[in-house]
Amino acid sequence: MSGLGAALLNSLDIGLLLFVIAVGLNIVFGVLNVINFAHGALYMLGAYLAFTLMNLLGLSFIVALIVAPLAVAVLAVIIDRLVLRFIYERDIADSLLLTFALLLIINESVRMIWGSGIHTVQPPELLRGSVGIFGDTLYPVYSLFVIVVGLVLVAALWFIFNRTRAGKIMRAAALDRDMAEALCINTKLVVTGVFAFGAWLAALGGVVAAPMRAVDPGMGDKIIIESFIVVVIGGLGSFPGALAGAMVLGLIHGLGGRYLPEINLLLPFIGMALVLLFKPNGLMGKGANA
Amino acid sequence: MKSAILLGALVLTVILLIALPWVVPYFYIFIGTEILIMGLFAASFNLVFGYTGMLSFGHAAFFGIGTYATAMLLLHLQWPLLACLLVSMGMGALLALVIGFLSVRLNEVYFAMLTLAFGMMVFSIAHMWRSVTNGSDGIAGFTLGAFGLGIDLTLGNPAVYYHVVLAIVIVASLVLYLICRSSFGLILQAIRQNAERVSFCGLNIRLYRLAAFTISGAFAGLAGGMMAPFLRVASPEMMHWSTSAEPVLMSILGGTGYFLGPYVGSALFVLLETWITSVTQAWMLFLGIVLALMVMFFRRGILGTFLDWWLDKK
Repeated sequence: MSGLGAALLNSLDIGLLLFVIAVGLNIVFGVLNVINFAHGALYMLGAYLAFTLMNLLGLSFIVALIVAPLAVAVLAVIIDRLVLRFIYERDIADSLLLTFALLLIINESVRMIWGSGIHTVQPPELLRGSVGIFGDTLYPVYSLFVIVVGLVLVAALWFIFNRTRAGKIMRAAALDRDMAEALCINTKLVVTGVFAFGAWLAALGGVVAAPMRAVDPGMGDKIIIESFIVVVIGGLGSFPGALAGAMVLGLIHGLGGRYLPEINLLLPFIGMALVLLFKPNGLMGKGANA
Repeated sequence: MKSAILLGALVLTVILLIALPWVVPYFYIFIGTEILIMGLFAASFNLVFGYTGMLSFGHAAFFGIGTYATAMLLLHLQWPLLACLLVSMGMGALLALVIGFLSVRLNEVYFAMLTLAFGMMVFSIAHMWRSVTNGSDGIAGFTLGAFGLGIDLTLGNPAVYYHVVLAIVIVASLVLYLICRSSFGLILQAIRQNAERVSFCGLNIRLYRLAAFTISGAFAGLAGGMMAPFLRVASPEMMHWSTSAEPVLMSILGGTGYFLGPYVGSALFVLLETWITSVTQAWMLFLGIVLALMVMFFRRGILGTFLDWWLDKK
């Protein structure tokens, strides 16, 4: 029983981290109508910046948690103004191609700056070691911290979207950009802001992930594939969809690793294929038919 | 008049390609072979992207399964090359049918994500299933035997292999071209331009998209099959998404609006790769920048921009 409990906690931990990444992808898609293929690369950039700040400059985890996502958000503003603004009016294929080009550029830049090796980041003093839960089962403190961060973000994002003016503006811009413009909303500013916010979320996920996963040049590719699976399972463009998809994939990872280790790697894809067969629009999605 | 000039230029190019091994340095025979194979790969991708309007980021899966099929048949059964290539084609089509069945049901945003994800699934399988694919070491150590049909060729000679590839690529490209020009091909182009309207005409869009994707997978598999004797190895890297990026880049570089665009793109791509990788390691960075600039400012591609200008001129 305690083994199952630990596996479920693991699922929650993986799922909440995936939610943070996938919800950023979702928000950007909702407002910009762009699937950002470079979203995983921004996540990776967050992790590498955390590595630089903590291991090379000796700063604390808290500093990394604040500085790295902000730096990536600033980069996102530059990318938006310099590159993406050219294709907002164009066919959707162009935005896919352009963010794919960004993925190539960021991936290779990371390889050039930090090398192809694997780096590790230690969790801060306070969050090291394990605690006993479910009787005598030990569980890493850092994973509990990730769960807390994830839950706080779920609550905060829900509050922002449903209870604040900024959230209303974002939803209005997602629903009908022309109408929002007619109501004196500066949609250009909203678009740039949302893209930066999505990048901030991705990089925050990267910083949180750094102490428990290997920091290597392949981490961005891995997470973007996972986020796509989350989005397909949950449904594109919805907040509950991102949460549901992330939890399902978290469970697949957490329980699959425990009970079906041989085909663990394939389970997410099998899950995705099943959802596509029986609920093509995702568990919570609407209107994605060709 | 202009179509006569174009036809003349095409015939001249083919003659030059046939004569290539006798006029260029030895090294460029390999470059030529790679350009032809990758050109067919890119053209197969462009049937889906340029003609049907679906952006696939997972084409390396069909290319790679073709390479594995030929490599494994040569290693274990020593089949004649032509038979191996036919199996590669079939495997590419089969895999495209399965992935396409799941992916063409949704809109193009989903399609791009799904093809990338399923492509990476195939990559992971090739990487992990050691007993069959030999993991990250790949399939190597096979030898080339006969060509098939009783034709006697020394396939180990790079110049001979170049001519074999040239002949196959020309035949395959003609078939692909006829498909694009047929009424089926016209329906695909209509789907790209206005899917809703085609569907109101009573045509099943999903079926047409799936057919285009499967045909594309077959030709990608054929191109991949020809890559096995050329590289003398089939490795998981050939199924990675960075390999899927290559036909995308080639088509954009040459131009997606013309049938020969991807071939021109392949030539530019392979030549640039050869020159740039001899100077710097940052080939991917360069690619990304070129792709971004092409999409932003030269969306019609190099051949496309030129032909648009030339055909418009009085």
